[in-house]
Amino acid sequence: MKIAIASGKGGTGKTTLSTNLAAYLAEKQEVVLVDLDVEEPNSGLFIKAELLREEEKYKMIPQWNPDTCILCGNCQEVCNFHAVLKLGEQIMVFPELCHSCYACSELCPTNSLPMVPQKMGELKHFNSGTLSFIESRLEIGQEQAVPLIRQTNKYVEECFSEQVIKLFDSPPGTSCPVIEATKDADFIILVTEPTPFGLHDLTLAVETMRELKKNFGVVINRHGIGNDEVEKYCSAENIPLLARIPNDRQIAELYSRGELLYKKIPGVKEQLDLLIHHIEGLESAGER
Amino acid sequence: MKEIVVISGKGGTGKTSITASLAYLGGKDIVLADCDVDAADMHLLMQPDFGQAKDFYSGLIAEIRQDDCIQCGKCADICRFDAIPVIDGKYIVDPLSCEGCGYCPRVCPTDAIDMLDMNVGKWYVSTIKTGTTMVHAKLGIGADNSGKLVAHVKNEAKRIAEEEDKEIVLVDGSPGVGCPVVSSLSGAKFVVLVTEPTVSGLHDLKRVYELVDKFNIPAGCIINKADLNPQVSAEIESFLKQENIGHIASLPYDENFTAAMTQGKTIVEYDENNLNEILTQSWAKIKQIA
Repeated sequence: MKIAIASGKGGTGKTTLSTNLAAYLAEKQEVVLVDLDVEEPNSGLFIKAELLREEEKYKMIPQWNPDTCILCGNCQEVCNFHAVLKLGEQIMVFPELCHSCYACSELCPTNSLPMVPQKMGELKHFNSGTLSFIESRLEIGQEQAVPLIRQTNKYVEECFSEQVIKLFDSPPGTSCPVIEATKDADFIILVTEPTPFGLHDLTLAVETMRELKKNFGVVINRHGIGNDEVEKYCSAENIPLLARIPNDRQIAELYSRGELLYKKIPGVKEQLDLLIHHIEGLESAGER
Repeated sequence: MKEIVVISGKGGTGKTSITASLAYLGGKDIVLADCDVDAADMHLLMQPDFGQAKDFYSGLIAEIRQDDCIQCGKCADICRFDAIPVIDGKYIVDPLSCEGCGYCPRVCPTDAIDMLDMNVGKWYVSTIKTGTTMVHAKLGIGADNSGKLVAHVKNEAKRIAEEEDKEIVLVDGSPGVGCPVVSSLSGAKFVVLVTEPTVSGLHDLKRVYELVDKFNIPAGCIINKADLNPQVSAEIESFLKQENIGHIASLPYDENFTAAMTQGKTIVEYDENNLNEILTQSWAKIKQIA
């Protein structure tokens, strides 16, 4: 079972929900939490676990070999991303623009642009009892999150069996990194807050999930603040409202210190139980 | 003309609410650009009239003409994005996976693949409630190239500012550290970092500042919800000192942020006391140092 925790708007509580849900579920079963918000990974600030493994992650980029190059300019012509330029007697490669499509390399008549690895980030694998935690972190200056998200998903697939429940803390928004983080999930939890910004960005996230033909539900964070437009929207659109995390300054303070909430705030635990109940329903429906 | 960009690394720190307030205070002296195109919210506070709307095309997408396809599978073999699955015996491009690299049409023996222009969203030039211009956009679902739309929105705002002889382009930037943020930052004269005293807020501030520093842009910082955790607030302040980032202001944790938003107002319209005073001073300070 793969569950992605996503949201249109940033800062609505994706990481709070992911980490608390993972730690709580891990009290009873094996759980894997994966932080796919590779631009700003934060789950690790809330999970205390032992580092098992660390891997550098690479993307493939072309490297010019001047000795064999005949300066035909084919590479520049085939690159749709302007990542390869012929300047006078030189071929220049701009790695940050390269999408690793291999066209320039494989279509070069003299094999003068072999693909070589370039570091784009780091993956860390942590463990604490029944909880495994995987985090990937994009190097500053690398602009594309998608290749690192893709490789992280692959790592998780190879490391853990299908039976283990997996939670994916996704990046915010509705563009390519979110699609990459959610497209393989069985269920998506959209976290929002009951404010005009929260509602607006939720509607974008809902459109995205419908486009991807995904099964999803909504969790309202900071419930009690703002207005009830999000609740009205969900009921009008027939979207299941899975849980409501209360608006509480104490919660904000615990979060600010990097602490988990459910052990200290009974109201949060109750809401997690509601959410888990829903997830278990999905699992047994899936087995039938 | 000066370009001032507001960014935050982490979402939910109050970046858009604060930028909207600064824009309100800037009145007709500024042109506003909402470069958070992936989840644009500024329009909810500024009452734009969506005066001009235009489609934005960027990048390409492959399409296989089934009549000419001989099912040789060469396109799927060379595609590094697994974007050409076989569905019911036909090779079909998955539009969400295709990155538009254009490799497949070059290997297709029957020339059966077209590369089509992709509509990635809409952009608007609006008049907002302060009487000035705002350039904003809406990115299409799952669209790639948000960095290019960001650059487009910003360049349009700059063009209008120059044409109308405005002093300042105020930019609401994107979250994260990837391509949309890089696009938001390029060419900026001054960066306002909005953060909050939480372990995540500090972590993300450090990462995004590393990027700002690479671009060599001077920066100042607004700490929102500063009293939420005085200890982390102090850590942020010492980080600012160490990196030579101006501490523009600290704002208290205040639910008036949400109350104002719920009424479609900027904070300075809604609150006439403490928050208003701090933000008014912040805007004066930013104009002075930028």
